[in-house]
Amino acid sequence: MADRDVWIIGTHMTKFGRFPDKDLIDLGAVAALAALADGGVTIQDMDVMGAGNLFEASSGVGQRLQKQIGQTGIPVYNVANACATGATAVRCVYMAIKSGEAEMGLAVGLEKMGKQGLLGASARSDKKTYEASGRYGAVMSVEGRLGTTLMPGVFAQAGMEYAGQHGGVGFEQFAKVAEKNHAHSVLNPLAQYQKQFSLEEVMNAEMMSYPNTLLMCCPTGDGGAAVVLVSEEKLKTLSDDQRKRAVKISASVMTSDPWTDADQVQPDVNTLTREAAATAYEISGVDPADLDLVELHDCFATAELLHYDNLQLCKSGEAGKFIDERGPWRDGTTPVNVSGGLISKGHPLGATGIANLYEVSTHLRGEAGDRQIHGATVGLTHVIGLGSACAIHILEKATV
Amino acid sequence: MGKRIPIVDYLVLGDGDPHLVANESEVSGALYFDRRNADAKSGAEGFRRRTLANEGAIRTFTIVHRAAPGVPTPYVSVVVDLDGGGVVKANLLNVEPDPANVSTGMRVRMTTYPVGTDDDGTEAIAFAYEPATPSSTTGA
Repeated sequence: MADRDVWIIGTHMTKFGRFPDKDLIDLGAVAALAALADGGVTIQDMDVMGAGNLFEASSGVGQRLQKQIGQTGIPVYNVANACATGATAVRCVYMAIKSGEAEMGLAVGLEKMGKQGLLGASARSDKKTYEASGRYGAVMSVEGRLGTTLMPGVFAQAGMEYAGQHGGVGFEQFAKVAEKNHAHSVLNPLAQYQKQFSLEEVMNAEMMSYPNTLLMCCPTGDGGAAVVLVSEEKLKTLSDDQRKRAVKISASVMTSDPWTDADQVQPDVNTLTREAAATAYEISGVDPADLDLVELHDCFATAELLHYDNLQLCKSGEAGKFIDERGPWRDGTTPVNVSGGLISKGHPLGATGIANLYEVSTHLRGEAGDRQIHGATVGLTHVIGLGSACAIHILEKATV
Repeated sequence: MGKRIPIVDYLVLGDGDPHLVANESEVSGALYFDRRNADAKSGAEGFRRRTLANEGAIRTFTIVHRAAPGVPTPYVSVVVDLDGGGVVKANLLNVEPDPANVSTGMRVRMTTYPVGTDDDGTEAIAFAYEPATPSSTTGA
């Protein structure tokens, strides 16, 4: 039933940050209940639910959440897909509606990380007697001994590869990305940080993994986000106000990383994004030049720059020129991460891929307050989970 | 002198001739450092061992300043395109960890260095890369 369109009628996100007084389920419940209320529906109306969480993924998060917002017996899909976890939960609900099995569903992304520092950076605990183990026959941790696989370094290397292939890209261009996103965050009260920094401050901040300084890396944190999806047929039966505020999902695409010669040592974040974007543009009929705003996966400033090119927001190889000419600023040709992006808004992993749907939907509804992109009618969301998974959604302001 | 073992099994220390080996798909020629059930490129089963070159060019790099506890910083992490095929990640040694001294396309060659000794006196050896001298990269 490829012609059965799916719409968003309700959405919400909590402020991202660090909330020691709230547990994981609190964060999800706040987002879910508010999204249902925003859509003018209740948990009783839901036919299906997707729950995205990474750090407590084996704990039946969706069912734990239901016990706080309503146990109605509907199927729950608990999903974990790295940083694409929230978007994957949306895809579960989207597919259930698209297939005709459900008319309405709830997708929730929730994560409680607190302050973690470098993800995966556990202290070395080398064995006292060396013994080869695992598929590489390693006798000890290879982190820092055979290069780095920690996130700031992986994305730094992804950025430097692009810089090596294309002119006009260097430390300053990457830093300009963070300068922009921090500036954007000042207008977003839901952002974990709302502090503007000069380009010099970004470049002179503590170096984490060249060329990413501390101000070019996203923080860890807590947060929840939710969307309520509905079939077009069902939407037609709802009130004028619900229909007027509904946002059309014109494309919902996921990809994983196809084989490349280097991906066993350095994840390729480009190919799967390029393939997802091409498919999303084809399905939706939207041209990249038509996009009024984009929320893309800026886990590190180096990553955002690559995705200008991968998402066709600039000419091939001209991502450096694009940021130099302020194209992705909120008053530029294609505003990118007007929420502040992961760098400032925060990145509670499971919530991220739904929070970006919240952001774009809110602009398309004309309800984004001080940070509103005026007249926005079409937007794109993008997330990448290393390993890798990519999800792209194209949203449009439309009427039924 | 105690025993010496490689940090990973795709490093072969040999007799003064350390080198990397890979599992090469018999169908696609794709190279893997780890044990694979089937080829990620073609899906086919069947691999043969292949010795990789000790020289290559830097595909990309970073200079790590904040690392996991216990890892000395700063250090240079590089991804290297090996001559004749294979892409590998390792540290870059014998160069000041400064962006002015490292660049993509820079020629490098493999070297080895000790990374620890266990309670039995066994020394673990890692591989790394270092800038190649002109004599080792020209004349082909």
